[in-house]
Amino acid sequence: MKILVAVKRVIDYNVQIRVKSDSTGVETENVKMSMNPPDENAVEEALRIKESGKAEEVIAISIGEEKAQETIRTALAMGADRGIHVKATHDVEPLAVAKILQKIVEKEKPQIVLLGKQAIDDDSNQTGQMLSALLGWAQGTFASKIELEASAAIITREIDEGLEKVKLPFPIVATCDLRLNEPRYASLPNIMKAKKKPIDNYTSDELGIDVSPRVRQLKVTEPPKREKGVMVADVAELVQKLKHEAKVI
Amino acid sequence: MSDSLSREVMEYDVVIVGAGPAGLATAIKLRQLNPAVSVCILEKGSEVGAHILSGNVFETRALDELIPDWKEKKAPIKTKVSKEKFLFLSSSSSFSWPTWLLPAVQKNHKNYIISLANLCRWLGEQAEALGVEIFPGFPASKLLYHEDGSVKGVQTGDMGLDKQGNKKDTFEPGIEIHGKVTVLAEGCRGHLGKEVIQKYALDTGKSSQQYGIGFKEIWKVSPEQHKEGMVMHTAGWPLDHNTYGGSFCYHAENNQIFIGYVIGLDYRNPHLSPYDEFQRFKTHSAISKILKGGKRIAFGARALIEGGLQSLPTMYMPGGLLVGCDAGTLNMPKIKGSHTAMKSGMIAAETINEFLSNNESLSGYAEKFKQSWIYQELYKARNVKPSFNWGLIPGIVFTGIDQLLFRGYLPFTLKHSHADHETLSPANEIKKIDYPKYDDVLSFDKTSSVYLTGTNHEENQPIHLQLKDTNLPVNYTLGKYDEPAQRYCPVGVYEIQRDKDDLNPQFVINAQNCIHCKTCDIKEPTQNITWVTPEGGGGPSYANM
Ligand SMILES: Cc1cc2nc3c(=O)[nH]c(=O)nc-3n(C[C@H](O)[C@H](O)[C@H](O)COP(=O)(O)OP(=O)(O)OC[C@H]3O[C@@H](n4cnc5c(N)ncnc54)[C@H](O)[C@@H]3O)c2cc1C
Ligand code: SF4
Repeated sequence: MKILVAVKRVIDYNVQIRVKSDSTGVETENVKMSMNPPDENAVEEALRIKESGKAEEVIAISIGEEKAQETIRTALAMGADRGIHVKATHDVEPLAVAKILQKIVEKEKPQIVLLGKQAIDDDSNQTGQMLSALLGWAQGTFASKIELEASAAIITREIDEGLEKVKLPFPIVATCDLRLNEPRYASLPNIMKAKKKPIDNYTSDELGIDVSPRVRQLKVTEPPKREKGVMVADVAELVQKLKHEAKVI
Repeated sequence: MSDSLSREVMEYDVVIVGAGPAGLATAIKLRQLNPAVSVCILEKGSEVGAHILSGNVFETRALDELIPDWKEKKAPIKTKVSKEKFLFLSSSSSFSWPTWLLPAVQKNHKNYIISLANLCRWLGEQAEALGVEIFPGFPASKLLYHEDGSVKGVQTGDMGLDKQGNKKDTFEPGIEIHGKVTVLAEGCRGHLGKEVIQKYALDTGKSSQQYGIGFKEIWKVSPEQHKEGMVMHTAGWPLDHNTYGGSFCYHAENNQIFIGYVIGLDYRNPHLSPYDEFQRFKTHSAISKILKGGKRIAFGARALIEGGLQSLPTMYMPGGLLVGCDAGTLNMPKIKGSHTAMKSGMIAAETINEFLSNNESLSGYAEKFKQSWIYQELYKARNVKPSFNWGLIPGIVFTGIDQLLFRGYLPFTLKHSHADHETLSPANEIKKIDYPKYDDVLSFDKTSSVYLTGTNHEENQPIHLQLKDTNLPVNYTLGKYDEPAQRYCPVGVYEIQRDKDDLNPQFVINAQNCIHCKTCDIKEPTQNITWVTPEGGGGPSYANM
């Protein structure tokens, strides 16, 4: 069995995001980038499945600019066997990503596709769902536990009401929650080995996918500054303020 | 873990610790001289540049020698210095010192305003293109020695230990990296550099080392306030005349202002808070008019090494070399250390290249160093900093005579009288300083500042600020010096917390906020705090500092 894991290069979660002065987007020049955090969980889970003997190969794929290769290398250093880079020069929307992944799935024929539940840059939370629809495969989103049986996966989902267990017949698409596992560190020797692992390159044109944006972004601005809090003397004052000043109760 | 047997080993000809200008220049020069030499660089920051903070007015001399076609290769060096100012500030006014009266070392017309972090990123690319292996996110946590006492290499930090030092599920042991030569390029107050200086007594016969703490903020201001290429320095207010320090204000590209403050860590008043001095400095009318309407987009701090030639240790040892600010090659009156750091690395590379073929000793480094222009520079600069021990005005008068009339060639060398941790007076003998409240427009609290540094450390790991005596802060330093760590740490890592009746003081270390400036390791009056490397990748993520 093969597992395909999708990984995205995003602004590192520790970096304070700054809006560009011309409001066309956020500042990315010289800003630290790293692998989208839940994608790390996806890679980790794929590796654990392989290590348990239930899969033979883990392939990491990323769609994006040249430097997305670094993110693929990170996945390879964690232990993925090979990489696929589909080059795109601008941000690719979830639908286009899903279509590209569909093409690659048709080529590679994995039984499991793992993704992060959402990317921390645009928080779309759409790609996995769209991919499963395009492929007509079962989907398990927000997975916090994945157990494999001979012909199906049992996925525990983090939902508002608590935990939900679903049984999905292979092949499946699953999107991973941060609670799924704790991703491993890439060791130095493995980083060295990863430099020699193969990465196949494609462009969206070669795959015949139109990646032009369907959404027009008008303007990016910072959220309004939060006003300073006030100290209240007691509960009575708090209630009074909530009622008359904030007008929320 | 009982070592070596269970750890993986990687072998290189040369192992370099630290991807700053010194380490990168060493690596580049080595591969230029001999592409067959295998070279790796360990860098504790999560990427090259993430832990680099500097002014920076850059003198290109060393880079011109190392990569003469840096312009064609698109080095991020663009803004030429076009105008210079030097102001003396009093609390309410400013007095502009004529630039023709500035000693030549403080003139910058041939220099550029750059982001050193970005230059390091570019140097990193040049090094990788030459076949250097750079490993960001991997601190060298320990030195390894051969049986004969010579340096064998370094060990990278273990990953995945919890607070108590037990292995978590994700535990990944550090590995040993062995080199024929190990080059320490950790910058100011490197923790391995500190170890070898002690172990091999490299500072015998030298003056005690001197340090400063430097702050920097980047502001985006309106085009009207911005004069690209302008370089301004100030002395005087808010510091008193017995405290060595001053500010810099550089108008960089894209309407950015690099504004910062450097304070000598030989200050005497335990109530002094370097952070608050910098914050209130910005409220001076000569400064606030530049920042007005602008937005602060970055903050950081880092110690500088200021001892100069008289404090410079022997820079070679069996199997190893010190380069750049890890040794102390900064030129204090110029407040420049990047070009000398690079040059020292280049000389180190020449030495190593010879050593690898003849296997004699690394001592040729000292001879080469002495014949180079760095030595000339540092020799001429050597008396400036110590003269300020007499106070600001005598210091200026002396520096005028020394630098303008004698061009640094006065026939004597002033000594630094004390190490920085020895200078504090007891708290009850000196008046408290009343710092103004932060206005959230020009001055900000530590919490919002540390937020801008993008600092993070995995929370569940051993504390990387180690106390030799855990009771000392409360039992001694608190009473005697009102625990100055609360004030000298630029991001509030150290706190004294008391219960609600204001009793039972506790010394709390918020290690997660540490921005690796090394001030505590330098200034703690009893040297009770030792900075060690945290888990790889931890620390600030500076963008273009
Ligand atoms: C506020 C301020 C303003 C300055 N202004 C100027 C200026 O205008 N012009 C100028 O020329 N110079 C200036 N300097 C000085 C200049 O920044 C330094 O001289 C220069 O950075 C020294 O280079 P370095 O390579 O020796 O060390 P650093 O630049 O400090 O680099 C050391 C590198 O080693 C890494 N490292 C440290 N320990 C380890 C470890 N154990 N394992 C792995 N990696 C490690 C660090 O993360 C860092 O990346 C200024 C400095 C400050 C603080
Ligand atoms: S704990 Fe020490 S090294 Fe860390 S930021 Fe504070 S003073 Fe600097």
